[in-house]
Amino acid sequence: MTRRIISLLLENESGALSRVAGLFSARGYNIESLTVAPTEDASLSRMTIVTRGSAEVLEQIIKQLNKLVDVVKVTDLSEGPHIERELAMVKLRAVGESREEYKRLTDIFRGHIVDVTDTTYTVELTGTGEKIDAFIDAAGEKGILEVVRTGACGISRSERSLTV
Amino acid sequence: MKLSGAQIVVQFLKDQGVDYVFGYPGGAVLHIYDALFGQEDIKHVLVRHEQGAVHAADGYARSTGKCGVALVTSGPGATNAVTGIATAYMDSIPMVVITGQVATAYIGSDAFQEVDAVGITRPCVKHNFLVKNLKDLPGTLRKAFHIATTGRPGPVVVDIPKDITDPTIKIDYTYPTDVSMRSYNPVVKGHWGQIKKALELILDAKRPMLYTGGGVVLSNSSAELTEFTRALGYPITQTLMGLGTYPATDKQFVGMLGMHGTYEANMAMHECDVLIAIGARFDDRVTGKLSSFCPAAKIVHIDIDPSSISKNVRVDIPIVGDVREVLREMLQMLKAESRRPDAGALQLWWQQIAEWRGRNCLAFDRKSQLIKPQAVIETLYKVTRGEAFVTSDVGQHQMWAAQYYKFDQPRRWINSGGLGTMGFGLPAAIGVQLANPDATVACVTGEGSIQMCIQELSTAMQYRTPVKIINLNNRYLGMVRQWQEFFYEGRYSMSYVDALPDFVKLAEAYGHVGMRVEKPADLEAAMTEAFALKDRVVFVDIITDQTENVYPMIAAGKGHHEMHLAPERELA
Ligand SMILES: Cc1cc2nc3c(=O)[nH]c(=O)nc-3n(C[C@H](O)[C@H](O)[C@H](O)COP(=O)(O)OP(=O)(O)OC[C@H]3O[C@@H](n4cnc5c(N)ncnc54)[C@H](O)[C@@H]3O)c2cc1C
Ligand SMILES: Cc1ncc(C[n+]2csc(CCOP(=O)(O)OP(=O)(O)O)c2C)c(N)n1
Ligand SMILES: [Mg+2]
Repeated sequence: MTRRIISLLLENESGALSRVAGLFSARGYNIESLTVAPTEDASLSRMTIVTRGSAEVLEQIIKQLNKLVDVVKVTDLSEGPHIERELAMVKLRAVGESREEYKRLTDIFRGHIVDVTDTTYTVELTGTGEKIDAFIDAAGEKGILEVVRTGACGISRSERSLTV
Repeated sequence: MKLSGAQIVVQFLKDQGVDYVFGYPGGAVLHIYDALFGQEDIKHVLVRHEQGAVHAADGYARSTGKCGVALVTSGPGATNAVTGIATAYMDSIPMVVITGQVATAYIGSDAFQEVDAVGITRPCVKHNFLVKNLKDLPGTLRKAFHIATTGRPGPVVVDIPKDITDPTIKIDYTYPTDVSMRSYNPVVKGHWGQIKKALELILDAKRPMLYTGGGVVLSNSSAELTEFTRALGYPITQTLMGLGTYPATDKQFVGMLGMHGTYEANMAMHECDVLIAIGARFDDRVTGKLSSFCPAAKIVHIDIDPSSISKNVRVDIPIVGDVREVLREMLQMLKAESRRPDAGALQLWWQQIAEWRGRNCLAFDRKSQLIKPQAVIETLYKVTRGEAFVTSDVGQHQMWAAQYYKFDQPRRWINSGGLGTMGFGLPAAIGVQLANPDATVACVTGEGSIQMCIQELSTAMQYRTPVKIINLNNRYLGMVRQWQEFFYEGRYSMSYVDALPDFVKLAEAYGHVGMRVEKPADLEAAMTEAFALKDRVVFVDIITDQTENVYPMIAAGKGHHEMHLAPERELA
């Protein structure tokens, strides 16, 4: 079971997303995360899917994605050097000593405190999934009120790009 | 030309060359039915159940290679069509199904007869569309036909809300001749280098085997396959879906393979050293246990759908492309090539195959007092001189039809392989007959299956489609009974069909001819009489041996070499 990050361009049509999501559930493929948004070309959306599977399953996933009529292009980012980022917002119970502690922790992780109340901080954080995991770990279960993560999006390094 | 959406649907179908539409009206498609009224270019066939409409369109498509077309209303019309759509999907049949939808303003409001047809059908179509703007209608219909008929074919659903077909709103219409889709461009031509490599491997073979399937039917490459197979002199086996693309009466044909394939075909699969898979998808009914599938073979696979390749079985030389294109290229290479197959090795291989053939795995008791189902199919073959279109339902009768009717031509054997849909046979036969008005059409069925779409007897009367129904009546859901006998120690749970109708009277009630045959001695005469009634539907109810099983059989999860033969043929 290896982890793969797959990037695809699909027609910006209603229903296109459910075709992809439906494919994964119907064929029993794993989805760790899925993100989607329009691109600079309004007729296209770009989706990033993080999945896990054996080599055979991953090969089928790519083939099945390519087979969907709304899918214009598919690439497996994990095949080459690439950059992966996820955004998280973490609401922390920040009272007493922990107010200072959480501020320091946020700085160490190069996050930003984007909302402050008497008793809470909301921290915005971008990075790899591991970095966000590490932050959550460090913040400790007791302090965390709420976590929201976007799931990963990715792009290949250098000249290689996913375009039509 | 200014047309309403409803008129555009009809005009588009004419421009697309559609001659038959199979359907059933209802609120959401009434505008379209009104546009159909009084014109004669499109012949609409009114079925008795939407499942029947889709199966009839499917039979039409399978027997002609053209795109089948069905038209149904929203809600229950669409849901009734789903079994038919899934059937076509599993066997890659080109088809466009137009479903009515509630008006756009009502979508999502649980309106009367609203279902999310696009959502429900999504997993069993090649693609589907919801038409949201009238101006998109012609282009969408054009894309639907394009997608359904190219690449690996399949059903496409076009869901049209009622307001889109409003007769008072008209727009300019011209048939969109061009269709281009950046996201859909199936590969047709095979990779030259791969074809070359494959041919080398094929010529190196000592124990070669051709394994060919529905892709040969779908690509209309029966002639190329026959030429290629004869040029090589190799044994050929076919899947249930491939039958007829190579003449079954030819000596190089070793019969169907798989769960109910012949002994020689399955043994040759097990022992071959080079397997040439053409337009076949390594289905579990064919491969049996994957870990003991063709243990000694290097595998070449020609298929237009990359996702069929190395899905279940890893192949050594994949060739993505249309069977016909690839075989033509390979034949040219073969002609230019000085090397020929290894005659010595081939002779030994054929000797081995002859030995397996000697087991005579399809022999059956010809002296029985009861009518043997196998004898029925042999008689059918004889009476129709092997030239009939044979549709079938699902069960034992289907397997016997496949084993004992020797199809020498493609598109003559019409059955639901992938989904295994009981109820397919009769409506499909109606579609076949309409597409081939002068042909002999037989529907081989069982007393279980026929009752799943029996209402289409009424359609057959309305459209005078003189199909012959050959009902192998064993008073059992025979295929289920067989599994219960083998794997559940004879606990025949719910496989005995009690309270059967009198099929003769039933046929007569629909205005057809009914016949019952109970003795082996009467079989041929009855069948001859039935087929002589050229312009009538004849329901031949044949009371067969209830306990007969389909042999050979590979139990699910077993290998090709672990076949069961009929008890009397099993070696001690
Ligand atoms: C009761 C029952 C018992 C059965 N027992 C058996 C059995 O014993 N043996 C058996 O064989 N089957 C059996 N089946 C049928 C089985 O379930 C499958 O439907 C069948 O084996 C699939 O056949 P196929 O591999 O030819 O594939 P098909 O479903 O016909 O698929 C066609 C393949 O060809 C490809 N293709 C399509 N168009 C082209 C083109 N233009 N160029 C190139 N490739 C193309 C497709 O991508 C696909 O991979 C049984 C079914 C039932 C209901
Ligand atoms: C719609 C549907 N329901 C259930 C099945 C499971 N099934 C496969 S074969 C069979 C029995 C068919 O009985 P019959 O038509 O009498 O044919 P026989 O096997 O007796 O020849 C059944 C129930 C199926 N294939 N399709
Ligand atoms: Mg039966």
